[in-house]
Amino acid sequence: MRQTKSISFLAAVVWAMAAVNPALAREDGLSSGDTAWMLTSTVIVLMMTIPGVALFYGGMVRKKNVLSTVMHSFAATCLITVIWMIIGYSLAFSEGTSFVGGFGKLFLDGMTVEAMSGSIPESVFMTFQMTFAVITAALITGAIAERMKFSALLLFLGSWSILVYSPVCYWVWGGGFLGDAGVLDFAGGTVVHINSGIAALVAAIVLGKRVGYGRENLAPHNVVLTVVGASFLWVGWFGFNGGSAVAANGTAGMAMAVTQIATAAAALAWMFAEWMTHQKPSVLGIASGAVAGLVAITPASGFVGPAGALAIGLIAGVVCFWGATWLKHKVGYDDSLDVFAVHGLGGITGAILTGVFAVEAIGGTAGALEGNVGQIGTQIYGIIATIVYCAVASFVLLKIIDAVVGLRVDEEQEREGLDIALHGESVT
Amino acid sequence: MKFIMAVIKPFKLDEVREALTELGVQGLTVSEVQGFGRQKGHTEFYRGAEYVVNFVPKIKVEVAVSDELEERVVECIQQAAQTGQIGDGKIFSFDLDTAVRIRTGETNEQAL
Repeated sequence: MRQTKSISFLAAVVWAMAAVNPALAREDGLSSGDTAWMLTSTVIVLMMTIPGVALFYGGMVRKKNVLSTVMHSFAATCLITVIWMIIGYSLAFSEGTSFVGGFGKLFLDGMTVEAMSGSIPESVFMTFQMTFAVITAALITGAIAERMKFSALLLFLGSWSILVYSPVCYWVWGGGFLGDAGVLDFAGGTVVHINSGIAALVAAIVLGKRVGYGRENLAPHNVVLTVVGASFLWVGWFGFNGGSAVAANGTAGMAMAVTQIATAAAALAWMFAEWMTHQKPSVLGIASGAVAGLVAITPASGFVGPAGALAIGLIAGVVCFWGATWLKHKVGYDDSLDVFAVHGLGGITGAILTGVFAVEAIGGTAGALEGNVGQIGTQIYGIIATIVYCAVASFVLLKIIDAVVGLRVDEEQEREGLDIALHGESVT
Repeated sequence: MKFIMAVIKPFKLDEVREALTELGVQGLTVSEVQGFGRQKGHTEFYRGAEYVVNFVPKIKVEVAVSDELEERVVECIQQAAQTGQIGDGKIFSFDLDTAVRIRTGETNEQAL
């Protein structure tokens, strides 16, 4: 009875304060504006993977592998969702050591309907982060397209998400050592893109080249699908970067603006670079450039202004173009759909340039252009830590899975196409 | 009877069909084919990977005609399908032994 009285007294006080200051409208601190934006962001970030990545990658493979490629993204969405619910979220966002979260949120323990994460319900925060874990796994699949066993892929993505994605996510955002060191990664340049890009590179090298690589015609079967997928990615990325403000505020608005600017700049940079070196501006090129720009602005999106975004886009467009058209052929690995060139190199470029172009008045941290040259070193520290851990762990996981079930389909299946050989279906 | 097979540029198909209809040809069969002649193929670039596409899309027209029509049909296709540019295609003519109209069982010239 007494308790009820004090609660109602408290409610009266809160109500009275709310009448003066709408920001204190709720005693649990929930902001409907923030929550509405985060619910929306979560949905459109999911859209980036299905159908975004699914179509982006599906269009770039040969017709006999389009279903298997689309399946990679769709199955990753389902698998990583369940893993995130069981253990991934806990390892990334519950209290732990400097290197990994604990088991305090296994099976989302404690995520009640009242549980809060800042000004939004924890359920929304958890699902928002879940869509990031999903797309990171789905992105890797571009490197191994057209030749990996589906069973091996599921084992790899599942174990990789638990042992690599969640820890690196914790390092940067969950209270781990990279966040403590001052590494700037607003929306996942390191956590999502360098991470997936490095895992992709390692996987492409461990798996080996596709049958006929360098000799036979491996051209994309439908670039229109790829452009539609890239467009889904572009639109969804406003949830990715804007949503990483975890609020409907000026930071989210600025993230939206710089995302649009950097993306357009990178698309143009790739297009003109290709026009100059290969005589023609290709549709695949401008779409690839747009994704490169989206990747590169990701770590910077809460820290830089429009001018920084323009520079980051232009530089990333050229760097990723160079990675896909020159570096890959020079080194000689078969990263089927250029995950490393676009996400790995784009992520590294963006992470470094965040340290150059960060504006104190925007994100609270100054970059090299404002005199804080040391921020570049901090960024590189974050990049190297991620590359080393991700590369070693990915390599070990792939070798274990290779020994247990084998990584590649046999040559006959690869010739026939994975749609029929692995899934018993075809698009025609 | 003669069996005439022509490989032509795809956008010339309608002109060829109209010209043959005017000549009194009662039917023809068309298929999308690929091949190469003096025109050769073209090169495609995807993110720096260069692929030579050796076979060019063409339309194959097949028509069975009586002996007396043959010369005019060949001439008619040659004129209708011509652009004067390389890659206009070719016309082949063969002797035809038998023709049967499936619906009625009529044979040879009656079946054309």
